[in-house]
Amino acid sequence: MDPIKESLRSFILAEYLLGESPANLTDQTPLRTSGILDSMATLGLVSFVEKTFGVMLDAHETGIDNFDRIEDIAALVARKKLGQ
Amino acid sequence: MRKSDNLCDYLARSAAAVPDHPAVVDPTGQVLTYRQLDELSDRVAGYLVDRGVVPGDRVGVIAPKSASVVATLFGVMKAGAAYVPADYSAPASRNQTLLNDCAVKAMFLHAECAAIASDWPSANLPEVVWFDATGQDAVPGGIGVPWTEVAGHAPLQGDRLADSKGLAYILYTSGSTGIPKGVVLTHENATSFVDWCSDEFAPTGTDRFSSHAPFHFDLSVLDLYLSLKHGATLYLVSESVGKAPQELAAFIAGHHLTVWYSTPSILSLLAQFGSLEKHDCSSLRTVFFAGEVFPVKHLRNIVERWPQATFFNLYGPTETNVCTFAKIPQVIPADRTEPYPIGFVCPRCEAMVLDAPGGAEVTRGEEGLLHIAGDSLFQGYWKKSEGLFFERNGRRWYNTGDVVCETPDVGFVYRGRLDRMVKRRGYRIELAEIERGLYQNERIREAAVIAVPDVAAGVRIIAHLAPEGSDRPSIIELKAFCNRNLPSYMSPDVFVFVDALPRTSTDKIDYQRLSQTQRAQQTQEKL
Repeated sequence: MDPIKESLRSFILAEYLLGESPANLTDQTPLRTSGILDSMATLGLVSFVEKTFGVMLDAHETGIDNFDRIEDIAALVARKKLGQ
Repeated sequence: MRKSDNLCDYLARSAAAVPDHPAVVDPTGQVLTYRQLDELSDRVAGYLVDRGVVPGDRVGVIAPKSASVVATLFGVMKAGAAYVPADYSAPASRNQTLLNDCAVKAMFLHAECAAIASDWPSANLPEVVWFDATGQDAVPGGIGVPWTEVAGHAPLQGDRLADSKGLAYILYTSGSTGIPKGVVLTHENATSFVDWCSDEFAPTGTDRFSSHAPFHFDLSVLDLYLSLKHGATLYLVSESVGKAPQELAAFIAGHHLTVWYSTPSILSLLAQFGSLEKHDCSSLRTVFFAGEVFPVKHLRNIVERWPQATFFNLYGPTETNVCTFAKIPQVIPADRTEPYPIGFVCPRCEAMVLDAPGGAEVTRGEEGLLHIAGDSLFQGYWKKSEGLFFERNGRRWYNTGDVVCETPDVGFVYRGRLDRMVKRRGYRIELAEIERGLYQNERIREAAVIAVPDVAAGVRIIAHLAPEGSDRPSIIELKAFCNRNLPSYMSPDVFVFVDALPRTSTDKIDYQRLSQTQRAQQTQEKL
């Protein structure tokens, strides 16, 4: 189990999907294009990622390309941590 | 300056006084000077009139903000017609409902909103359709004409302006039956508000105004007309920048904006996520906020960040426009948690606090319903104006539905609403409209939506759902469903499944019991 992915999954389930079965939120579930996260929720997730993993994200890194699925976000965090 | 009769008079006077000054800067960087805006809107008016639009007609405008949209709003009014702006990101079916409701003669659509025309549900498709796109190739399915054709049309000859009592625009808000209601507003309704703003806030031609609110939101009336009346420059904020705090802070700093107007939600986001220490916004001299209660914690943050600016809380439903206002002190005490009052009645309005709709005045200081009279009071809802007003002391009065109490030193203090209308991110939401959306899902048997106060978000929307059969949809499916069928600000925060909704003795859904259960659960979570 990837701790970054699990941490993202728990946060999203607790904050935005209260009552959802954890199995339904996979690493590939689209978060923003599906409507799970709106623009406000996305800001909350960006803030969570920055605080939890100690990385700083630029506005261009939080577009749909890098920031729509748990898999992509975890990969982005891993890249950022490697670069530090 | 003489009182204006028609909103187009503001543009005409500024175009004569400062023809080469920039009037509008759109999100792509396109600049229209006053002369260009005046000429372009003459061409839009000419096109509409030649295509059969007559005074009193309604014209739908569904597109992201741009220079061509601003020219269109004025073009529609120059043709003697009224504009009906709507949210271009809302589902096509919702926009069709409201355009159908007021029977628009023509509509201006963003190319991505073509489904509104191509899937028009009834036989009476508006006769005139044009698109915010250049070249015939960009017009989807050959339904209408591109912007270039309209912008190249011969300008309107002669004066078709409505008089001050004529219809200027219709703004749709969430209706109590779940069907949006069109707030009908005349030129006088708008100019009395704008002229008051001139007296109170004294803008000048060197000001640079933000235009953050979309045009279907009543905050846009101040942005557009106060700015253009005074020959100032209006900077249109795109929807994507409008929701991205860092980009928004850079926008304010980069354009040296002097006047800002938005909901408290946006200012809170700027204070929290805008990295304001990195962006020099010292050009701001006036900051207006309206639309919802501003949590003091966030207000204090932004006031401390922008100490050179004066902050004003403007209050008023779309039906009355701004009717009370309060100046926020330069220093907000560290221990204050209570939101600031909505303040004193604007001199062009009158207010009464009554114990019931149209009832007796309460003793000063007691809670009651705020009733408003004045020149900015709307004419009624489109086709639904019975029983909205009552006469007293020779004036026409409207019950705002807001509970307030009056204090001698700070004016009116807002207490809340009696009915089920809530404000979220500045949008007014009737909970019944969310229910109506949820009921469209075939796996949902019953839906009841409540709103509960929330420290962080202001309000949390909770949907109680009884599923059809034993198999319930997943939360992810429901979120995706709402995303397709409701504007994003209406999407519930929490979904709760129940076997059946609680009912009162008269077989109505028992909302009080749902709220009580929710409060009990919140208390338990805190323990």
